[in-house]
Amino acid sequence: MQPKLTLLTNDLIERILDEAHQLLLKPGVKVNNREARELLTSAGAQVDAETNVVHIPTQIVHKTTASVPNEFYLYNSDGNPAVKYGGDTVHFDPGSSGIAMLNPETLEHETTETSHLLKLIKVAEQLPQYDAQSTAVICHDVPQQIQDSYRLYLALLYSKKPIVTGAFTNKTVNEMIEMLAILAGGRDAAREKPRAIFDVCPAPPLIWSDFASGNLIALARAGIPAEIVSVPLAGAAAPVTLLGAVTQHTAECLAGIAIHQLAQAGSPIVWGGAAAIFDMKKGATPMGAVETAMLDCSYAQVAKTLNIPTHTYLGATDSKLVDAQAGLESGITAMIGALSGINMISGSGMLDFLSCHSAEKLVIDAEGIAMAKRMIAGVQLHTETLATGFYDDNINFKGGDFLKQKITMQLFRKEQHLPSNVIDRDSMHNWKQAGSLDAFARAKAIVNELLASYSRPQLDETAEQALHAFMLTLARNAGMNALPALEDTAIANTIG
Amino acid sequence: MSEELYERMAQSIIEGEKEIAVELATKAIELNIHPLDAIAKGFVVGVNYIGDQFGKGEAFLPELVMAGEAMKAAVGVLEPELLKLGEARETLGRVVLATVEGDIHEIGKTLVGTMLSASGFEVTDLGVDQPAEKIIGKAIEIDAQIIGMSALLTTTMIRQREVIEELDKEGLRPRIKVMVGGAPITKSWAEKINADGTAEDAMGAVQLAKKLVGKE
Repeated sequence: MQPKLTLLTNDLIERILDEAHQLLLKPGVKVNNREARELLTSAGAQVDAETNVVHIPTQIVHKTTASVPNEFYLYNSDGNPAVKYGGDTVHFDPGSSGIAMLNPETLEHETTETSHLLKLIKVAEQLPQYDAQSTAVICHDVPQQIQDSYRLYLALLYSKKPIVTGAFTNKTVNEMIEMLAILAGGRDAAREKPRAIFDVCPAPPLIWSDFASGNLIALARAGIPAEIVSVPLAGAAAPVTLLGAVTQHTAECLAGIAIHQLAQAGSPIVWGGAAAIFDMKKGATPMGAVETAMLDCSYAQVAKTLNIPTHTYLGATDSKLVDAQAGLESGITAMIGALSGINMISGSGMLDFLSCHSAEKLVIDAEGIAMAKRMIAGVQLHTETLATGFYDDNINFKGGDFLKQKITMQLFRKEQHLPSNVIDRDSMHNWKQAGSLDAFARAKAIVNELLASYSRPQLDETAEQALHAFMLTLARNAGMNALPALEDTAIANTIG
Repeated sequence: MSEELYERMAQSIIEGEKEIAVELATKAIELNIHPLDAIAKGFVVGVNYIGDQFGKGEAFLPELVMAGEAMKAAVGVLEPELLKLGEARETLGRVVLATVEGDIHEIGKTLVGTMLSASGFEVTDLGVDQPAEKIIGKAIEIDAQIIGMSALLTTTMIRQREVIEELDKEGLRPRIKVMVGGAPITKSWAEKINADGTAEDAMGAVQLAKKLVGKE
């Protein structure tokens, strides 16, 4: 039995949905994209031509939520399903779109470039706790116009896992879809077995920007999964109450789904977010706060009532270092996310309000994720009798009796998560002998091991060349003569 | 032919398959393979491998213990044959193990016993709550080279010192070496009570015991 955390009664969920429907009518939603407004008005919504505020009738909402697929998969580079969106399945991926990365030696937050993203991808690739990669940080060594497509290009070259990504403009979303099609062998193949999912963010309160709406429409028509990342900030950009913020989140998601499903009914879309409370002392948006996790658990419950797949941002910290605060905030919120049965939980590895990444933190967070996954695997029945079968004639009433049983050897790996060396369970003596290292120092050592053991996956040569040629063209159009040099590849990075 | 059998013997230990180990030991006797060869070229190779893996953190306690148990079972089949041949397995040494008086925690000590005997020591395990005179009496009786004592509690670890003082008084040291172990036991405690050494885990205890009998 998968243990579940629920915070809302059915009655409250109904009230949330009812008030969200009311919000969509009044005040309505600001939709700053012409095509999205046309889709909504053709379906019967009223639009204020001056303010772009659309008033969406409840029957449109009912119709469009009903056409959302209840489940779908993301595929790895071998074409096998690797991530299931739907039901109470739980997956984790590193947080996305950081702009800095912690240098483990100087402890500076460095502006991220190609080398930083590759380091994160290589580490996450080898940690089985991460079911998907993310385009984790922005590479500032390429021009802004290609920063989104370039991240996806690197993830496709260096990983076999599904990828959580996102586009920054309405132009680049199509370029990125094309990149997926190149590797998949066409747009139909890319839709058939989607490799990546695209985060799309409404702006609080109740705004669907030109670019976010445009992304929803492009993704819907391409049949590439979209993930709504609604970010109500309770107390600033959303009502201060958790229930009020969840209701706004619901309205933003319902409006996004309406635009998306009106563009192409049946296209896969996810009910997600990066909700947070607003810190009234520092004016910050704490990702490690327990109320942030409570918002996420609550909105996931609303989505589950509608049978729509779920996503959230948890497992991150607001600390600037990989320290005790990082451990407790990341571990506790990852556990809450898992217990909430959320399909994709993004955020691991991240510090400082989702702005800074750390490979060392990815290694430590992987253990928190393993604990969370072990927790939701639940207490299992492995044997016919619970205990009596263990007490055979060889029992000597000694402490070590059970270590000598074959069944112990057979089952201990199923019952116990065996942590990596980042978790210290040594004796005092051995711990001292190993250098009296703390978790961060142990994580540094593991990162180095993972970087040394990494090897780039083999891609189809023709497809890889085509992908590369496509990226080079984008780079040239953005004014570059060469892409940053890549280790581990024989690809020529200059324009021929 | 026998090379392949040796490999299967080692494998049976690595996999902790007691029944298969016994089967292979019996087969070795049928094939007139010298029992000492079966042990040294077959089974011991498996014990060494799993010990190594455990040291590297790649094998776990249940695997280590099952390997030790399988080894014990295989040797149990082969030893009577050795006696028939008028030979005996050259043991690395005789060890008396006990948990000291007032203490009943012995998981670690039992593990040490399993691994010592799997590694070729002759082990007499007295069990828990053993007073000094019983431990020393048994050591004299079997002419042991090593006494190994465990204690889990800080209140009972002082008993280890009593045994050592008693041995010194009777002039039994350095003929009998003393190793101490248990959760609260540190290197400095071992030095303080004038023991001959301590180790962190069962594999460490095997290394220490080999060192103490000069058979590293």
